[in-house]
Amino acid sequence: MIDKRVKTVADAVADIGDGAILMIGGFGEAGSPTELIHALIDLGAKNLTVINNNTGNGEIGLAALIAHGQVKKMICSYPRSSHSKVFPELYLKGEIELELVPQGTLAERIRAGGAGIPAFYTATTVGTPLADGKEVRNFDGQDFVLEHGLKADFALIKCEAADRLGNLTYNKTARNFNPVMCTAADITIVQTHKMVALGSLDPEAIVTPNIFVDRIVEVSDPVIELQLIAAGEKYP
Amino acid sequence: MTGSVTGWSREQMAELAAHDIPDGSYVNLGIGIPELVAKFVPEGREFIYHTENGLLGMGPSPDPKDEDHELINAGKKMVTVVSGGSFFDHATSFTMIRGGHIDVCVLGAMQVSEKGDLANWSTGGANAIPAVGGAMDLAAGVKTIFVITQHTTKSGDAKIVKNCTYPLTGPKIVSRIFTNLAVLDVTDKGLKVLKIAPGISFEELQAQTEADLIV
Repeated sequence: MIDKRVKTVADAVADIGDGAILMIGGFGEAGSPTELIHALIDLGAKNLTVINNNTGNGEIGLAALIAHGQVKKMICSYPRSSHSKVFPELYLKGEIELELVPQGTLAERIRAGGAGIPAFYTATTVGTPLADGKEVRNFDGQDFVLEHGLKADFALIKCEAADRLGNLTYNKTARNFNPVMCTAADITIVQTHKMVALGSLDPEAIVTPNIFVDRIVEVSDPVIELQLIAAGEKYP
Repeated sequence: MTGSVTGWSREQMAELAAHDIPDGSYVNLGIGIPELVAKFVPEGREFIYHTENGLLGMGPSPDPKDEDHELINAGKKMVTVVSGGSFFDHATSFTMIRGGHIDVCVLGAMQVSEKGDLANWSTGGANAIPAVGGAMDLAAGVKTIFVITQHTTKSGDAKIVKNCTYPLTGPKIVSRIFTNLAVLDVTDKGLKVLKIAPGISFEELQAQTEADLIV
């Protein structure tokens, strides 16, 4: 019998080692697998490369992982926001690397990685400094920049409902990067708001088919990052 | 003279831009003044708003009782979804942008050149944290790009320039510029003045603009 359920978030992330490349879902805090990230802080893996749209809020979730010195490099599109101060401080001190990628190129690089496509051409960044040093090719009179697919050792994902096989549905704009990241990692680890019985998810409504999922842990009462930050809390 | 020239308000600039968006358009609004465009949809027109974090059919801000931290826009503000709205992942969302399916995008600007070059993501300064988000994807993929911006910086420096000195978001992509002083079209011959705010002369407008204006 296939059963991808694990009991705790600690069990779910236990084999993430030093130097791992991680995709972490979410756009800001919407869809961020905060409990899995906190388990990774407890685990202590270091020298991580993290692929996420942002760099976390306050000192909760991804920002806390960075604050603990566990991340050597971020690959993201927007590393600053009104609640993000951990990354900017480390970056200006030269203590963390940044690969800045436009948001759509980031999504497409992940999609390509998951689909077995090593590289592709896109019009995004043509004529800008972010195209410097990259191959440019002209198709039908227009220039395009070569971008490479992205893959990861692990993906940390948040979803709304999952069954024991790993079929997933999401909640509103908490979907964002999560489905595409599920496809591009060797091991995809999911925290779900609800664990549901096999057969209860409508096959027409399943967003991530179970082939892309390896482990599922139920987190029925996830934290709300902005509430914790407003209360001045940090992790741990 | 700078202090005496105020021109249109933020709301009036947004209303002028909304007036130039055709009925039935799929529209992406940038963060800041562009967000105000949604308040001024002309009567009889229907626009469908796309937000790049995965929602087509974005509605206005929710009542406090309906706030949902998993229903947000690209600026991470809580929003609503209209009837007929849909959610999707990032790859699909940027297929809409990069595949040329979005009709109009309204963006803010740090600088716009007379050729329609846009700079709106970084000053390029040594202490700047570079952050691009979806701006370059919108610049490269959307059919019509409008810019809404104050005509000059707070310190009075020109934002409508001959050549951008900040790093570009995209070259030759802006078609129309809405400022507090004027509405300008980017043409092959240069920046053509379509409208000037009340009480401002062409000479006053030109004095606030580094690029040469044509009538």
